[in-house]
Amino acid sequence: MKDLFAVIMLAGMYGLLSASFFVTMDAVDVAFTEASVGAGISTLLMLTTISMTGRYENTTRHRPMLALVVVFVTGSLLIYGTLDMPYFGSAQAPIQLHVAPHYINNSMSEIGIPNIVTSALASYRGFDTFGEVVVIFTAGVAVWALLMVNVQRRKNTEIDDANNSTHEQHFIVRFVAKMLIPFILLFALYVQFHGDYGPGGGFQAGVIFAAAIILYSMVFGLNTARRVISQPIVQLLTAAGVLLYGSVGIVSLLSGGNFLDYNVLSADPIAGQHLGILLIELGVGCTVASVMILIYFNFSGRKNDRELEEHKETT
Amino acid sequence: MDIVIAVVSAIFLLLGGFLCVTGGVGILRFPDFYTRIHATGVTDTLGAGLILIGLMLQVPDVLVLVKLVIILLMTLFINPVATHALAQAALKSGLSPLLQSKNHKGG
Amino acid sequence: MDAGNDWAAAFFGLYNYWIVVVLMMVGFYIVIAHGNLIKKIIGLTIFQTSVFIYYISMGNVDGGTAPILADNISQYSNPLPHVLILTAIVVGIATTALGLALAIRIKESYGTIEEEIIQGMDNPG
Repeated sequence: MKDLFAVIMLAGMYGLLSASFFVTMDAVDVAFTEASVGAGISTLLMLTTISMTGRYENTTRHRPMLALVVVFVTGSLLIYGTLDMPYFGSAQAPIQLHVAPHYINNSMSEIGIPNIVTSALASYRGFDTFGEVVVIFTAGVAVWALLMVNVQRRKNTEIDDANNSTHEQHFIVRFVAKMLIPFILLFALYVQFHGDYGPGGGFQAGVIFAAAIILYSMVFGLNTARRVISQPIVQLLTAAGVLLYGSVGIVSLLSGGNFLDYNVLSADPIAGQHLGILLIELGVGCTVASVMILIYFNFSGRKNDRELEEHKETT
Repeated sequence: MDIVIAVVSAIFLLLGGFLCVTGGVGILRFPDFYTRIHATGVTDTLGAGLILIGLMLQVPDVLVLVKLVIILLMTLFINPVATHALAQAALKSGLSPLLQSKNHKGG
Repeated sequence: MDAGNDWAAAFFGLYNYWIVVVLMMVGFYIVIAHGNLIKKIIGLTIFQTSVFIYYISMGNVDGGTAPILADNISQYSNPLPHVLILTAIVVGIATTALGLALAIRIKESYGTIEEEIIQGMDNPG
């Protein structure tokens, strides 16, 4: 299959199917994240990339035989390895016997929120989540460094004219987008703060928030979006989220507990846990949303820059 | 009363499912891009709407009912707009609709 | 008959792992057999998703429900894999975005994203 557009669409469908698979496996948080990230943002970024790198593949090499042999050998070794694994769904598997019952049984008394996944993510395994927020931040900074786009005010009247001239053509899409974006943002906030009681939390909320901003930027043009949501502020927010997360940890250190120990954040340990989880989920949501917006602005801005240069060369 | 609600909700669900399957058949069988997205746009919106109404009848909790109503409204808004955006993008990039079938298979 | 029962039990107990292995190998094949960078990145995404399915299917318990505490439920699915995979998904998209940005820059520097041509340009002769 040489048309990369079709390949990317199929990959998006694969992401959506795996999200529905996760729902049947009772992993609702994960399904939420996979649906928004894998079937949404990932497809979008890949489409933006092939609009810059070329839609069709020119195959220079396709030697399938050697690859097939390697794949067969590896696959059969892996299947041989799975023969010792515990059966699907068995409640006596080692994975169900050690740490998990502690989380399930003690989460309510030690932390006090119904969503065990959020309590494990934010409190029991809070340090892992911190590392991961830093990884997302680093990836955002790296994409920005690779594709750095000039943010200075340019007299790019050509693009503004293009935006205004197609106004009537895109009227329906613009109108509905304008109506929907507040609801999407509201939903993102709902998911963020309701992550304690149902599926949700910082990651999903950040991605949905970024999706709303990306929709606005796609419908109304990158420059309008940059004027509404200025890029320096987005860059600041990326770092602010990580800083918020780290400072919660430092404050716990200074209050006499361990790093990221929420019990000391307030007089009552349960209230301290709630406060700590709220703050770090906020930090996570901030960073994830800003990184996704930053990545999209950089991809789209690079494309705009190239089109502007080609436009200048031809006129 | 309960059994009436259950039967009505089952009818809605089945109708919605049938419409979605019809939309799928339409994608495969229609000759041209524009007719295909017309097939899915109409049938998927109505099919999803009927499925949601069927679910609404079975719900015990008011909060879940409100959420389902909001999802229904959003689907009714977004699906036609997405179809329109697809058709407009296709028209702008030069895909012209098939006005006369090239081989008259069955007229 | 006993051996037959054993095979049936093994099949129904292990088929989720075999599906994961098949998906993993599909992703692996795409990465090593195709020269186009975008296809390699998509192959990596497929590989990643298959690993997620592996973990989540390991955490599933027969008769359990989603790990959100509710009053009338006694058996929950294991929440630990969900936590790990949640972070893994978001990190995966961040690294995919980085890979795509690299592909864009490679295209600008070399003019192509086919691996063979790039290697030819780097090591002439």
